[in-house]
Amino acid sequence: MSVDAATVRRIAHLARIAVGDDEVPHLQGELNAMLAFVEQLSEVNVEGVEPMTSVTPMQMKKRPDVVNDGEIADDIVANAPATEGHFFLVPKVVE
Amino acid sequence: MSVATHKLIKGATGDWEMVIGMEIHAQVTSKSKLFSGASTEFGGEPNTHVSLVDAAMPGMLPVINEECVRQAVRTGLGLNARINLRSVFDRKNYFYPDLPQGYQISQYKSPIVGEGEVLVELEGGRSVTVGVERLHLEQDPGKMLHDRSPSLSFIDFNRCGVALMEIVSKPDIRDAEQAKAYVTKLRSILRYLGTCDGDMEKGNLRADVNVSVRRPGGPLGTRCEIKNMNSIAFMGQAIEYEARRQIEIIEDGGAIEQETRRFDPNKGETQSMRSKEEAHDYRYFPDPDLLPLEFGQDFVDGLKAALPELPDQKKARFIAAFGLSPYDASVLVAERESAEFYETVLAKLADRARDGKMAANWVINELFGRLNKEGRDITGSPVTASQLAAIVDLIGEGTISGKIAKDLFEIVWQEGGDPRALVEARGMKQVTDLSAIEKVVDDIIAANPDKAAQVRDKPQALGWFVGQVMKSSGGKANPQVVNDLLKSKLGI
Amino acid sequence: MTDLTSLTLAEARKGLAQKSFTSLELTDAHLSAIEAARVLNAFVLETPEQARAMARAADGKIASGEGGPLAGIPLGIKDLFATRGVRTTACSKILGNFVPTYESTVTSQLWRDGAVMLGKLNNDEFAMGSSNETSCFGPVGNPWRREGSNATLVPGGSSGGSASAVAALLCMGATATDTGGSIRQPAAFTATVGIKPTYGRCSRWGIVAFASSLDQAGPIARSVRDAAMLLRSMAGHDPKDTTSVDIAVPDYEAAIGRSVKGMKIGIPREYRLDGMPAEIEKLWSEGAAWLEAAGAELVEVSLPHTKYALPAYYIVAPAEASSNLARYDGVRYGLREQGRNIIEMYENTRAEGFGAEVKRRVMIGTYVLSAGYYDAYYLRAQKVRTLIKKDFEDCFAKGVNAILTPATPSAAFGIGEKGGADPVEMYLNDIFTVTVNMAGLPGIAVPAGKDAQGLPLGLQLIGRPFDEETLFSLGEVIEEAAGRFTPVRWW
Ligand SMILES: [Mg+2]
Ligand SMILES: [Zn+2]
Repeated sequence: MSVDAATVRRIAHLARIAVGDDEVPHLQGELNAMLAFVEQLSEVNVEGVEPMTSVTPMQMKKRPDVVNDGEIADDIVANAPATEGHFFLVPKVVE
Repeated sequence: MSVATHKLIKGATGDWEMVIGMEIHAQVTSKSKLFSGASTEFGGEPNTHVSLVDAAMPGMLPVINEECVRQAVRTGLGLNARINLRSVFDRKNYFYPDLPQGYQISQYKSPIVGEGEVLVELEGGRSVTVGVERLHLEQDPGKMLHDRSPSLSFIDFNRCGVALMEIVSKPDIRDAEQAKAYVTKLRSILRYLGTCDGDMEKGNLRADVNVSVRRPGGPLGTRCEIKNMNSIAFMGQAIEYEARRQIEIIEDGGAIEQETRRFDPNKGETQSMRSKEEAHDYRYFPDPDLLPLEFGQDFVDGLKAALPELPDQKKARFIAAFGLSPYDASVLVAERESAEFYETVLAKLADRARDGKMAANWVINELFGRLNKEGRDITGSPVTASQLAAIVDLIGEGTISGKIAKDLFEIVWQEGGDPRALVEARGMKQVTDLSAIEKVVDDIIAANPDKAAQVRDKPQALGWFVGQVMKSSGGKANPQVVNDLLKSKLGI
Repeated sequence: MTDLTSLTLAEARKGLAQKSFTSLELTDAHLSAIEAARVLNAFVLETPEQARAMARAADGKIASGEGGPLAGIPLGIKDLFATRGVRTTACSKILGNFVPTYESTVTSQLWRDGAVMLGKLNNDEFAMGSSNETSCFGPVGNPWRREGSNATLVPGGSSGGSASAVAALLCMGATATDTGGSIRQPAAFTATVGIKPTYGRCSRWGIVAFASSLDQAGPIARSVRDAAMLLRSMAGHDPKDTTSVDIAVPDYEAAIGRSVKGMKIGIPREYRLDGMPAEIEKLWSEGAAWLEAAGAELVEVSLPHTKYALPAYYIVAPAEASSNLARYDGVRYGLREQGRNIIEMYENTRAEGFGAEVKRRVMIGTYVLSAGYYDAYYLRAQKVRTLIKKDFEDCFAKGVNAILTPATPSAAFGIGEKGGADPVEMYLNDIFTVTVNMAGLPGIAVPAGKDAQGLPLGLQLIGRPFDEETLFSLGEVIEEAAGRFTPVRWW
């Protein structure tokens, strides 16, 4: 399979990465090189094979329902580009 | 489901039927969040109930809250649903400022709960069964405030990461009444289970409603989704509006476009939010930070054994044990609090078998009636279950008459106090002393010879005599005694 | 004073215990070395004040006999590990001046055991790379050069700063991470020892995530013993990472010198690539001979799905990365580039903040997960992964204790030499290491010889799950036989 320029733009938008028109052909070439490389997987017979979900066979541990985190609003916003009164600020989102 | 149970809509070209399915988001009752130890408490200063995990700081990892798993399984059991001993958490990827990770941890292909069903009762003793497709656990996003600045949105992640159960119904609902009754019933079950507080005003229970229309029994139409309904009344309006909107379009030769809509309660109409060309591509895949969620059947069995009695079971028991009418039993079990109140009254009664039904009447007619009139709910009742049980006891044992009991109820409502002591202190006791009543009966027969003569031919006139005797005794004479006495004196 | 920086970690521990020198002296010696080696660009942040404070504290503890297993040992930390109050960037512009308010589990365990932090080490941006050329701080220089050449070579990647700093004697050991070979490949390029432990052995909490199901922390050090000492402190169960395993951490150092007699060493047929350089071939058979001489038994084994590991990796890793890197959106931390609306803000921030390699991988990852492609790519790759893991399981079930392979298909190459036109050319560097990540197994790279141009080459040993001890035992046999390799200082 290979991608066309429109697909490159669609993927870039899905990934929220601005891509200039001049970058598209280059990206398209790189993505197609990668897709060509992974293409060889299609020759593997995977019939009846379970996809790997966890590398180590073990039960997932669970946490008891206790409140032992939070109350660190200063830390939460410490690295934020824009805040006011512990709120994060973003350009207005029109819903 | 028979066609008779639901309403069809008359269009210009004939009848139309609605097909409705619902996705309910119910906030799980737990102290801490689904994947972090931050508090789930409502409100709070911005970003205080937020951990580094909730804010998706680099290198943070989710750890699942066992209580949320228990609650989901308990809910599944309450919906008579299949519990999946192995389920998988997936990432639903999309960018939005209220979603710090850039993905919501949810369950996609393998949810924790599979198919189940809910029995939904309608007016007039009708009922429908609505199928549940699945229930899965997922994270609530944060909250955005748009009214604080003309150019900026403010974000608070206090709610972010709180556990939600998304309960997806099958498209089994056929009109607004059924839809409202389904949500009401589901909410009641969740509240009985204690797995969600059902507080719709706080958004702790909200519904996305999928509506389409078709010719009765015909092929399915294209659906529109009305997002985030958090009022049952508005939901009814929104469905009605949406169905009519779709019918108009189709009858005008147009086609329905699949889209997401919102309901504007002020205008009473649904409005388009985003259309299909902007549809998301969520790129679901199993969350590699979390192993599959697995537990044994013994875990499920343990939870099942400890489940509280749910409304359907409770209703059946009330009918069987106390002879309540199905309607009365439904009224009592509709809300967990009223059922609990009635059960407490039952527990305090001296003779439950004898007076259980009378107690139900008192709870429904006197207490609920009075509460409704004053716009109060059962948790704020001035008459306690003990007081009401005492009043019913007094009637049942023959100490007071039903009429006096109403006066007594009023005194207890207004002033409080021990009903038995009040009856004693205020001389409200029923007179059962034969000689005292006999005198009154004799006097009245003597004063009305013509009526006494009539009554031998028209036994129904006995009622007039009973009334007279009761009146002159100030309601305190025991009606049964009066009845018996009159019959023997009048020779009938 | 003799040059304290040339000691191994084990020797330094002994010297500190015998009060031959203090941690402050040891630390200062390394801080000076770092200053003098800035041309290597191994450190992206030096923290001398903090280092000296930690060294003084360690000296106090050593004096009162409370020093932990790493008391007073100066280390470098890959910039992928969150360090409280110290800028952590994953060497990406998008993290900007991110200063964590938290400490990764792995580093906090090192500080618990008394280690001293010298600073943060360079790496490929978000650990995506095999040459340390994708860092926003620029490439790292390898302290090794080709004989008779002044050309600067890459140290490998993504833990290129870690490998370079350890090889150039700038720190006694370093933390590193390995998603497809990022510990073992740079170790091989710099004649250092690097071990990627079994997936789940070290907590991932507080490490900037690249590909969650493959990422694993481990040490790069100057000897097998040093690596064992470091891993013991880094490893262990962490309730904050449910993929970390609740198994006791053995005393890895005790495995060193343990007899390897009777051990079955698998030599996988499929690793013998067409056109493999003769010197790699020779190194491999030499390594096998050394192990045999130590009493191990060599057996040819087959890992039939080996050739599919790299393509499967280039689906799984970018897919997970595309999702893991979605959090870098300019809202809560890091870089923000303005836009006319929120979507433009995201797009501009991520276009400006991510480098070319990261963008490429995020895009391919987005593509393979997108509607209609998931089954053909991601699901299929995860199935292939099951087959790769099964190959190893079958092999171990036949009694094989460990598998010996070359660590890399070549020695270090020059900066800018590879991957310019075709990204796949660079990816082939990880051909021998990536299978280990796909199967979640432990793997160690040990220096074993030099190529014709005098550049170091390494061998890789792959172990059974959670049997890092065997790797340390066997690794030391190779180390003993091959000898130690030190670059000639040119910086
Ligand atoms: Mg939904
Ligand atoms: Zn949902």
